[in-house]
Amino acid sequence: MMNRTLRILGPVSVALVALDLVLGFWVTPPDQNQGDYARFLYIHPALAWVALYVAIGMAALCSVLYLWKRTRSLKYDRLAAAAVEVGVVFIFLTLVTGSIWGHPVWGVWWTWDARLTSTALLGVLFVGYLALRRVPADPEVRAKRCAAAALFAAVDVPICHFSVQWWQTLHQTETVFGPDAIKIHGIMAWTMLLSFIGFSALFAWMVLLRYRIEVNSSTDQDLALEDALAERRAEGVTS
Amino acid sequence: MWRDALLIAGRDLRIEIRTRVGLWQVLPFAFLTLLLFAFALGPKPGLLAQAAPGLFWLAVMLSVVLAAQRSLALEGSQATREAGRLLGLDPAGIFLGKTLALLVEVLILEGGLLLGVVVFFHVQVTDWLVLVPSCLLAAAGLCAASIFYGSLAGDARVRATLLPLLFLPLAAPVLIAGAKAFEASVQTGSGSGARWLGVLAVFALVYLALGVALYGPMEE
Repeated sequence: MMNRTLRILGPVSVALVALDLVLGFWVTPPDQNQGDYARFLYIHPALAWVALYVAIGMAALCSVLYLWKRTRSLKYDRLAAAAVEVGVVFIFLTLVTGSIWGHPVWGVWWTWDARLTSTALLGVLFVGYLALRRVPADPEVRAKRCAAAALFAAVDVPICHFSVQWWQTLHQTETVFGPDAIKIHGIMAWTMLLSFIGFSALFAWMVLLRYRIEVNSSTDQDLALEDALAERRAEGVTS
Repeated sequence: MWRDALLIAGRDLRIEIRTRVGLWQVLPFAFLTLLLFAFALGPKPGLLAQAAPGLFWLAVMLSVVLAAQRSLALEGSQATREAGRLLGLDPAGIFLGKTLALLVEVLILEGGLLLGVVVFFHVQVTDWLVLVPSCLLAAAGLCAASIFYGSLAGDARVRATLLPLLFLPLAAPVLIAGAKAFEASVQTGSGSGARWLGVLAVFALVYLALGVALYGPMEE
């Protein structure tokens, strides 16, 4: 089932992202104020959406499911780990594309804006989570520690989300929704929607792929342990 | 829970009084940090006074990392933890006790650092009613978060490098709110101190509550 999903989801998500890039860079018209720089609208917000809400939301949900005794299963731990690992890549890409967009528009590669800073902080927090996963420990102990760490770190997401409202920042507020939203319509709106769908599908594919690698790796470890035990027992019989 | 907390806090503080690690290692480290900041910024009294709120809290945060490492090292091996469990100590009580002992140490450290900032950076505090509660609330939040993260970081081999990575990004709100409250306490009539005290109180309460709720399951 998972192999089939992966086989379908991979090419579909890549095709969706490719279509988004073609529409965003060649078909949609330039913006009235920002000109061609506004084409980042078809990449950057979608990356941020996946990084902040989809990836971290999934990691937090899986962590809660792991910590709750009734639903405790290592599959949630592995899913949370996969979501964070791919999520950190998306956070990095969000910061990089934002920086490239910010340079011509704001005149600087980086500014100590609340949204940028809280996003960077989120990235560091989840790098810490990944470091915690590398600490040698019993899988269940590690899973519990990581689930708690993910929940603590996820507290930064609402701060990141509301930062543009709480503080006076350079970063704009909501583009599509909200009271001060910029009006976006026609092919620009559809292309933006496509970017959200495409990058979300790409994220789902990468997470499932990472999850499968994790499952296979733990199965390999179990098999290796069983082989070692069998070998030891055989030694005991012959000696 | 409270009885266990007082027991653990008493034990930690007695060990600290006997070994004086905090006095001879953590406190000098905090002063050294202040001096190094001053060397980096140059001998301009105006600039140092302006940067003092941020530098004070940065020095506190870095020192808390050292003090928390020390506090968690007292729990030491898995055998010590198991002994605590066999004695029937409430994990939430252990967490609160360790946090309380660390809080006492950090408050003493903050007092010393404050003296250093006043003397070396020429800061004149005008509103002690903002500064004192902010030091208390920030220390409570930092101690709770560092003890909890220290227990997550596992044994001492990896904790030394992992704890700063896990704890310092999360402590950023304390750095911001603490520095703002400090600024408010040196500017007469700024009136923004209460807001930042609120942020520090929320941070402390969240981490104390999460620590009490999750320390037990983490130690199982």
